[in-house]
Amino acid sequence: MSDTAKVVVDGVEVEVPRNYSLLQACEEAGAEIPRFCYHERLSIAGNCRMCLVDWVGAPKPIASCAQAVGDMRPDRDGSPPKVSTKSERAIKARNGVMEFLLINHPLDCPICDQGGECDLQDQAVGFGRAASRYEEPKRAVDDKHMGPLVSTVMTRCIQCTRCVRFAAEVAGVEEIGLVSRGEDAQITTYLEASLASELSGNVIDLCPVGALTSKPYSFNARPWELRKTESIDVMDAMGSAIRVDARGAAVLRVMPRINEEVNEEWISDKTRFAIDGLGRQRLDKPYIRKDGKLVPASWDEALGVVAERLKGEASKIAAIAGDLACVEGMKSLLDLMRSLGVSSTDCRQDGAKLGLDASGNMLPRESYLFNSSIMGIDEADAVLLIGTNPRKEAAVLNARIRKNWLHRDMPVALIGEEVDLSYEYTHLGTGSQTLKGIKPGTGVFEALKDVERPMIVLGQSAFAREDGAEILHLASKLAADVGCFKPKTEEDEGWNGFNVLHNAAGRVGGLDAGFLPADDGLDIDGILSGAQEGNVETIISLGADEIVGDAFGNAFVIYVGSHGDEGAHRADVILPSTAYTEKSATYVNTEGRVQRTQRAVGSKGEAKEDWKIFRALSEKIGKPLPYDSIEELRMKLGEDNPAFKGVDYVSTVSDSSIEFPFGLAGDVADAPFGHAIGAFHLTNPIARASKTMAECAELATQHIKAAAE
Amino acid sequence: MLLDKDRIFTNLYGHHDWSLEGAKKRGAWNSTKELMQFGPEWICDQVKDSGLRGRGGAGFPTGLKWTFMPKEVKERPHYLVVNADESEPGTCKDRDIMRHDPHLLIEGCLIASFAMRAHTCYIYLRGEYIFERERLQQAVNEAYEAGLIGKNASGSGWDFDIHIHHGAGAYICGEETALLESLEGKKGQPRLKPPFPANAGLYGCPTTVNNVESIAVAPTILRRGAGWFKKFGRENNAGTKVFAISGHVNRPCNVEEEMSIPLRTLLETHCGGVRGGWENLKAVIPGGSSVPMIPKDICDDVLMDFDALREVQSGLGTAAVIVMDQSTDVIRAIARLAYFYKHESCGQCTPCREGTGWMWRVLTRMVEGQADASEIDMLLDVSHQIEGHTICALGDAAAWPVQGLIRHFRSEIEERITSYRIGRPHVQGSNITAAE
Repeated sequence: MSDTAKVVVDGVEVEVPRNYSLLQACEEAGAEIPRFCYHERLSIAGNCRMCLVDWVGAPKPIASCAQAVGDMRPDRDGSPPKVSTKSERAIKARNGVMEFLLINHPLDCPICDQGGECDLQDQAVGFGRAASRYEEPKRAVDDKHMGPLVSTVMTRCIQCTRCVRFAAEVAGVEEIGLVSRGEDAQITTYLEASLASELSGNVIDLCPVGALTSKPYSFNARPWELRKTESIDVMDAMGSAIRVDARGAAVLRVMPRINEEVNEEWISDKTRFAIDGLGRQRLDKPYIRKDGKLVPASWDEALGVVAERLKGEASKIAAIAGDLACVEGMKSLLDLMRSLGVSSTDCRQDGAKLGLDASGNMLPRESYLFNSSIMGIDEADAVLLIGTNPRKEAAVLNARIRKNWLHRDMPVALIGEEVDLSYEYTHLGTGSQTLKGIKPGTGVFEALKDVERPMIVLGQSAFAREDGAEILHLASKLAADVGCFKPKTEEDEGWNGFNVLHNAAGRVGGLDAGFLPADDGLDIDGILSGAQEGNVETIISLGADEIVGDAFGNAFVIYVGSHGDEGAHRADVILPSTAYTEKSATYVNTEGRVQRTQRAVGSKGEAKEDWKIFRALSEKIGKPLPYDSIEELRMKLGEDNPAFKGVDYVSTVSDSSIEFPFGLAGDVADAPFGHAIGAFHLTNPIARASKTMAECAELATQHIKAAAE
Repeated sequence: MLLDKDRIFTNLYGHHDWSLEGAKKRGAWNSTKELMQFGPEWICDQVKDSGLRGRGGAGFPTGLKWTFMPKEVKERPHYLVVNADESEPGTCKDRDIMRHDPHLLIEGCLIASFAMRAHTCYIYLRGEYIFERERLQQAVNEAYEAGLIGKNASGSGWDFDIHIHHGAGAYICGEETALLESLEGKKGQPRLKPPFPANAGLYGCPTTVNNVESIAVAPTILRRGAGWFKKFGRENNAGTKVFAISGHVNRPCNVEEEMSIPLRTLLETHCGGVRGGWENLKAVIPGGSSVPMIPKDICDDVLMDFDALREVQSGLGTAAVIVMDQSTDVIRAIARLAYFYKHESCGQCTPCREGTGWMWRVLTRMVEGQADASEIDMLLDVSHQIEGHTICALGDAAAWPVQGLIRHFRSEIEERITSYRIGRPHVQGSNITAAE
């Protein structure tokens, strides 16, 4: 049997893979099929009946979404089956379904948030009647409470069950369902609680009508008023593709864009809803601490104070880059530091032992990237998670692991905290000793060894500890032993299943740009202990908000960032910079994908882009940086590291062999792996400034408490 | 007329002993082992040759259905599921089989399962059938004790188990795929087909779902020969059939008769005729509530079989004959049926979920005459918008009675509307036009 099948749609013959649905085949042939319940990434329900087409010879119209092309018999004369999407029968069937959908749907489009981007509205134009024939009372359905993110008007629901299928299949929480029967059937969360999922906001996009809409965005704007900018998310290290919708100076909402290789078409709740934090706690002018109090100052004044400090002894100066720092900002800061002779620079805010070997040389990129690529998860045959909770650290990536687990029964094992990952896994142990105990042939998670494409994922809590380098060594050795690395050959595209999962959007960019201690420079631990002891007197913090203020000791802290968070509170000078929606900036995601955000709104107040601040500062010090525009800066980046030559993705599966293992051979402490992220909703200054995220975090702790009881 | 010697269900009325002993005296479990020794193919061929068509309503050839099962058992086991969720208004034939002749069913389960290479059979029983469940369970226990089923069933070397599952009383669970969902412990909602159950049914394994009567007649067919069964009824409508007659006849009853018996003969021979004489007949729903009704002039000479009733735009369905005499308000009768389908729609797919309620509401107004004559055509149109556009046949089942009503009693609806308006000039033109 061939892999393809032919079908004639409205007289156009197309040849499509046998597993294609008739709906896909029709689209291939250029016919537009209306649909509500069908969604590419969810199982097929076939319940809306909007996609009915006429299969010539069949007794009744068939639902094209549920009909596999491979199952269609040829015509009696042996010619390919003929399908009409425009026959009278097909049109009548669709018009009928549309009429049924509308009879109990309220005519409240003017007050509905879905207005203007509503599937039902759009398709009613094409298939609806001019006036209603329905004279009976309309159905009313009680609204369901679905937490602080999703607003419900259930009378508008058309029971397509997309949200039910999303929750059960993608998010892995069976908390939405269709209860009751017939016309009383309604979608509910049973207990009227918010979804215990980090992906719950996606049901808003999935809902084809205005039943589930965004609560924070409700009654804010109409879609046609919004300025839409395609950008990249920085809430985690995935770099999900997003669209930023703004009106005037305000970012009103964030929606996912489709990027099959990264986020498919999902985004996490933090990505979607933390944006109200962009309007709160913003630093809009420079400040200088005078007599213990931060007072507003002019740029000139602030830069003057900073320049003066930086003219001091280079060994007593240090720079730390935070989680949201963009590559351009870090590069310009780094270049400035080096020109001053400062070698104590570090972007590893959490102290992860990544990037450098024992003698201070750069390790290969492969030692800190998610090498298999995020899309590679779909092909993995077994996964071992070490010191990570992907559900919190990269929720969308976790859904991808779940997808493979669900559809291909991929075995998963975890070393680390025993948490709910939304899929089943074997819990091997909690700490480094368990990792040490895994040797091929010892019976511990043998699934890893016997498969074609094994995958090991290491979270930051595996590295952010004293023996991080030793753990890197252990894990990479295990990876080599079980065959995680298969070089590219003529027949095989190769495989590199040694993966490091980051949780900070700026981290890989920082490592790639070399924002690490040079020569005899101090690393993050050295800088902070130096600050306590008085050996480090000046610290530039580029949005390093995860470091508690006291850790800086008596050092003079220059804070460059966008939000009045932990870092700003401790700062002696504040230089306000822009957030990710306000600049075009480069970020590298956990798999090493170089991507760029776009400027969606203007900067707040007097805030400037990071690189411009450091360029101006260098001028003030008298050692101007060698670039006057962002293009020149990017040229320089590309010269120093070819990874930055363009905005793209280069697979790290190369034909040259990588020297496994990385890290440091040595003993590991018998300490359990902690968690890289505490509260999912509060991981960065933007999210911490967000009211919505605060509400969600509060609810999440209640969930945990309830689960404990 | 069916002679007593040709009856399959010889204890349909429960006058004799239902238990294993009594059933054996009447011929059940006679040479079951020998029948099985002829092999699965022979059994399928016999059933095919007998011309037996499914007794659950759709009338699909039973033997052919059995051959759809894979010929070899691979990694997935095969299952037989017996649909005893008899919930169609008017239908009560399986009930009598299960409480009075349960061993015929159990023996049929063994033989059919063997023919389809299934070691396990589930009987999905309607939720309201509590007494029937107890009786059937007793019979199953008896059969286990006697070694007729269980390990090495009847000495045939075939291991066979029967599980009785009690439903919860939802009509939709009588639809074969909804039944499978319910059996799996999920909400009873029909599945999309394909895949058909013979390919992926219960727990994703090859499954055949058959009606109680189809299964219960199988052993007797094998014992007496396909030719014997085939000689009853017209071509393509072979066999004997249990008819369940209710409504306005003098003696409502269940009776086993030949297929293709004239409706009038059926009613007058077994039910003491229509109440008040044949001329007092108004209409008949010949196959359970889901088929369109036929008026008296068709009833006069129509034959009770699949093809004859289809020619008059109705159907044999489950052969549950609902008789309505002249005193019947047919509009109200159909409105009540419309309420039933509205109530029992699972709500999964759009046309049935929204359409059944619409039809019921319009019909409810029409019972009083509070409607506009133009709404009759609209109602017909709505019923056509439901029919054939749904996942399962409940949409069709809801639409057909309404279509039957309008087809044959349109004038009565019009008269009702007219008479309501007489003396009520203020409703002239009705609120409907006012709203436009």
